Amino acid sequence: GEKAAGKKKPAEKKPAEQKPGQKEAGEKKKKIRRYHASRNPVLARGIGRYSRSAMYARKALYKRKYTAPETKIEKKKKEGPRATIIKPVGGDKNGGSRVVKIRKMPRYYPTEDVPRKLLSHGKKPFCQHKRRLRASITPGTVLILLTGRHRGKRVVFLKQLDTGLLLVTGPLVINRVPLRRAHQKFVIATSTKVDISGVKIPKHLTDGYFKKKKLRKPKHQEGEIFDTEKEKYELTEQRKTDQKAVDSQILARIKKVPQLRGYLRSTFSLTNGVYPHKLVF
Amino acid sequence: MVFKRFVEIGRVAFIAFGPHAGKLVAIVDVIDQNRALVDGPCSGVRRQAMPFKCMQLTDFVLKFPHSARQKCVRLAWEKENINEKWAATRWAKKIEARKKKAKMTDFDRYKVMKAKKMRNRIIKHEMTKLQKMASKKGKKPEKPEKSKPEKAQKSEKVPKAQKAQK
Repeated sequence: GEKAAGKKKPAEKKPAEQKPGQKEAGEKKKKIRRYHASRNPVLARGIGRYSRSAMYARKALYKRKYTAPETKIEKKKKEGPRATIIKPVGGDKNGGSRVVKIRKMPRYYPTEDVPRKLLSHGKKPFCQHKRRLRASITPGTVLILLTGRHRGKRVVFLKQLDTGLLLVTGPLVINRVPLRRAHQKFVIATSTKVDISGVKIPKHLTDGYFKKKKLRKPKHQEGEIFDTEKEKYELTEQRKTDQKAVDSQILARIKKVPQLRGYLRSTFSLTNGVYPHKLVF
Repeated sequence: MVFKRFVEIGRVAFIAFGPHAGKLVAIVDVIDQNRALVDGPCSGVRRQAMPFKCMQLTDFVLKFPHSARQKCVRLAWEKENINEKWAATRWAKKIEARKKKAKMTDFDRYKVMKAKKMRNRIIKHEMTKLQKMASKKGKKPEKPEKSKPEKAQKSEKVPKAQKAQK
C-alpha cells in the first residue's frame, strides 16, 4: 500500500516544494518546507510502480530545471583583477614598452618550512613602547644640551614627541638653536622654567617632520654615490614659518623674566673646582 | 698661642658634625676627659652627653650653675639672647652664605656672574681714574682715597643682597 506518512499536502499542490532532501533555510519563503512522500509506490522490494519517465512527469521535474555551476571557461571570460600592466621603457631600440606582472612569483622557496617560533611575551615594536619623561622636565623648562652641535647651549623645552624625543627651541634669535629634537638622556634639566601655558605649538611638528631625509637611488656603482645623496641640509620655507610662529609666542614670555634672555644666550661650561655632582641645576 | 675660649660651664658651643650638626648647645657639665653634658633647649638638642671633638667653642658664655636643669639653661639662653647674637656673628653669616651658594641654581649662578662682572668693572674704572690722576699730578706722594670709592661700590653688592632677600 501507499506509505502516506501523514503528510498534509497532497501531490497536486503547487511546486513550491523543492527536491526532497534539500531543506531551505526559510529566509524568503514563509511556508514551512514539507517534503512529499515517495510518489512511486512500491510493488515489491526494489520495484516501483512507475517508470523513470512517468516519475519525471509525476515529480514535475520539467519545472525544476537547475543550471550547472559556472564552468571555468565562463569564469575565464569574466574580467578578473588585472594581472599585468604595460609600462613604458626607455631606450631607442627597446620597443617602447614592456608587459610587467603586477604580482610576481616568489623568487625563493625555502627548502624547509619556517620553524615555528616559541611563544614570546611582551616584546613590543618600537612604536608601542612606553615613553617616559623625567619629572624634572616639564613644558617650559630650560634645558642644557650636552651633545650635538649645540652642546652647552641653554634651550627651552616645548613638548615630548611620539617617539619620546623632546621638541626644543632656542629660540632661534637668542641662541641660534632652531626647532629641533633632543634626546632626554643627553640633556640636563635646570630648575628654571618659563611659563608656556598658553603657547600653541602647531600640530604638524611631529617626528616625521624632523626626520632626516635619505635619498637613495643607486643607479651607478661608480664613485659619486655620496655626492648625489642629500648631505647638505636645506632650510625650507616651512621651517622658517614654523620657527617664527612658535618663537614669537615664547619670546614674549622670556622678556618678562629679567635676565633670562642673557641666560639663554650664554653657554654652560665646567671650570676648575666645579663638580657636576655638587651643582644644583 | 694663647687660648681665648675655654671649656667651662655655660660655654656655648657649635656642633660641627654628627646628628645635631649645625646647632648651638650650652655645656652644662663635664663628664670626663672626652665628654660633656650638653643641653640646647632653644636649638632643639636634648640634654645629652656629647664628645668635645664634635663641639667648636663660641665666644658666648652663659651663667648658670653646673648641672642646672633645662629650665635654667633656657632662661639664661633667652636672657642673653644667644640666638640673635649668634646670627649677627661673622661665623654664622659665613655659614649662611655657604649654604646659599650650595643651593644656587644654574640661573642664579649666571646672575651672580653678571653682577660680579659689573661690579668689577665699576671698581676697575674708578681705579684707573684715580691712577691716572695720581700719575698726572707727578711725583707727589699722594695717597688717593682709593678705599672710599671701593667701599662705596662694595655696598652695591647686588647679588648677595638679592640672595639674602630670597
